[in-house]
Amino acid sequence: MLRYVLKRLISLILSLAVASVVIFAIIEVAPGDPASFMLGVNAREDTLLALRSELGLDVSKWQRYLDWVGGMLVGDFGTSYQYRTPVSEMVADRLWVSLPLALYALALSTAIAIPAGIFAAARRGGAGDITVMGATQLGVAIPNFWFAMMLVLVFAINLRWFSAGGFVGWDEGLFAGLKSLTLPAVALALPQAAILARVMRSALLDVLGEDFMRTARAKGLTARQALWRHGLRNALIPVLTILGLQFAFLIAGGIIIEQVFYLPGLGRLIFQSISARDLIVVESVVMLLVFAVIMVNFLVDLTYAFVDPRLRLRT
Amino acid sequence: MTRALILGACLSILVLLAAALSFVWTPFDHTSLDIPNKLQSPNLTNWLGTDHFGRDILSMLMVGARTSIAVALVAVGIGIVLGVPLGLWAAARKGSWLDEVIMRGNDLIFAFPSLVIAILITAILGAGAVNAIIAIGIFNIPVFARVARGAALPVWEREFILAARVAGKNGLRISVEHILPNIANLLIVQGTIQFSLGILAEAGLSYVGLGAQPPIPSWGRMLADAQTLVALAPHMALMPGITIILTVLGLNLLGDGLRDYFDPKLRVSRV
Repeated sequence: MLRYVLKRLISLILSLAVASVVIFAIIEVAPGDPASFMLGVNAREDTLLALRSELGLDVSKWQRYLDWVGGMLVGDFGTSYQYRTPVSEMVADRLWVSLPLALYALALSTAIAIPAGIFAAARRGGAGDITVMGATQLGVAIPNFWFAMMLVLVFAINLRWFSAGGFVGWDEGLFAGLKSLTLPAVALALPQAAILARVMRSALLDVLGEDFMRTARAKGLTARQALWRHGLRNALIPVLTILGLQFAFLIAGGIIIEQVFYLPGLGRLIFQSISARDLIVVESVVMLLVFAVIMVNFLVDLTYAFVDPRLRLRT
Repeated sequence: MTRALILGACLSILVLLAAALSFVWTPFDHTSLDIPNKLQSPNLTNWLGTDHFGRDILSMLMVGARTSIAVALVAVGIGIVLGVPLGLWAAARKGSWLDEVIMRGNDLIFAFPSLVIAILITAILGAGAVNAIIAIGIFNIPVFARVARGAALPVWEREFILAARVAGKNGLRISVEHILPNIANLLIVQGTIQFSLGILAEAGLSYVGLGAQPPIPSWGRMLADAQTLVALAPHMALMPGITIILTVLGLNLLGDGLRDYFDPKLRVSRV
């Protein structure tokens, strides 16, 4: 087990290192100098130079990369060119929108997908199975931002149950906050639920064909008992992996949905910073998202190995 | 031939035909403005209605199909041309450091939130169809590399590969002459699925204004235009949305159907 964890840890660190180089390189090729962007076309040369040195842009690329990575290691994500506030503060504010949204969507998608998948697998080939599978085919094909617009049309404009966009803030109370995240969360959750339901169904079907399921029936359990006591637990392993991937996707994938609903989350922060050429913010936020994805995958792998001894022995 | 395969093939061919037809004929010129005739609901003249400039939505959708298909197709092409050789190479040198480097590199690309990076790439390099293709295409490379490697490994164990080795063929010739034809089915299935994902990704990118730029019509930007008018003219959002859904649904059904068709014993649903 220790060997496995160590091996995964090394690959985690390598991944993060390569990711940081790639992100830095993409930002490096960005045209436009942030300092001249901020000061406008009429800026004097000496003011430009002063601002460049203040922003830390006057040193070599290597030095800048090391400064950036070194800063992040101690929790310093740099200072926004545009607002002159620490990026970590801006991220912390936005995280209070993006993270609850991702968790909310994940909870919704799990609550829909797991029962739907079990239902379909238990009725394999029947009308119920075909209906659920048809619905998931549709769910995978729907672009979530379009679905979001339809939700706004029906539930905000016609029925007036929710507001069409914006976020009231958590100061208004938990309920008000959750309410303004409901439509975005549903829009994010349904396509994810479609994928998850398919994984749940096929994982359960795989397990149902295993020898131990026949043994469970042979020792006198009904099909239903065998499914709940032995089938489900084993089928949850692949579901867990997908769940981890989806969570990571939801944090980053909210980026377009946040645009639709004008939510002040990380996604909007990235968009706003790109258009303001506030590249240090873009760089650090994207790195944070990649870090979150890699970290979640790492934790899922560890859980996986913990649950299934065969995996950790193999490597 | 399953019903899913037939339905999927019909939907896909319909979209292809509509795109092809748009080169020679559309009901109206998709660029001509007709302000007095704006925001018309679907009717006998404008079958799918008109947008806020009075442009015919059906014509725009037909021409927009070309953008979607072109972007998704080239992105899949990038994935196949770069990913498949990498996967075959890794399979031919299974267990070596090369295999390890290729597969770890793939894992790394998988770990990137593709949408965020695609947005970053298009935002930095500039919005446009070509950069959208690059941004989507990069993430197709590890997909095809992984599928090619996974499919090639069992083929390498077969007797006819041993025979080819005895005949003096090297790894490269075996990969091209014997492995590739044997895994082509799987690559076609994966290609169909990536094609549908590419259409969704293109729609998302052009929705946020980073895909094909005006005057090139694109489904995603039609949705972006529709957003502020959704209460006034819901058909402006409905028509492109339904078009995207039917296209993606058709391609997914086609992919699933082809998979079953190529391998009847493997009737497991795609996840």
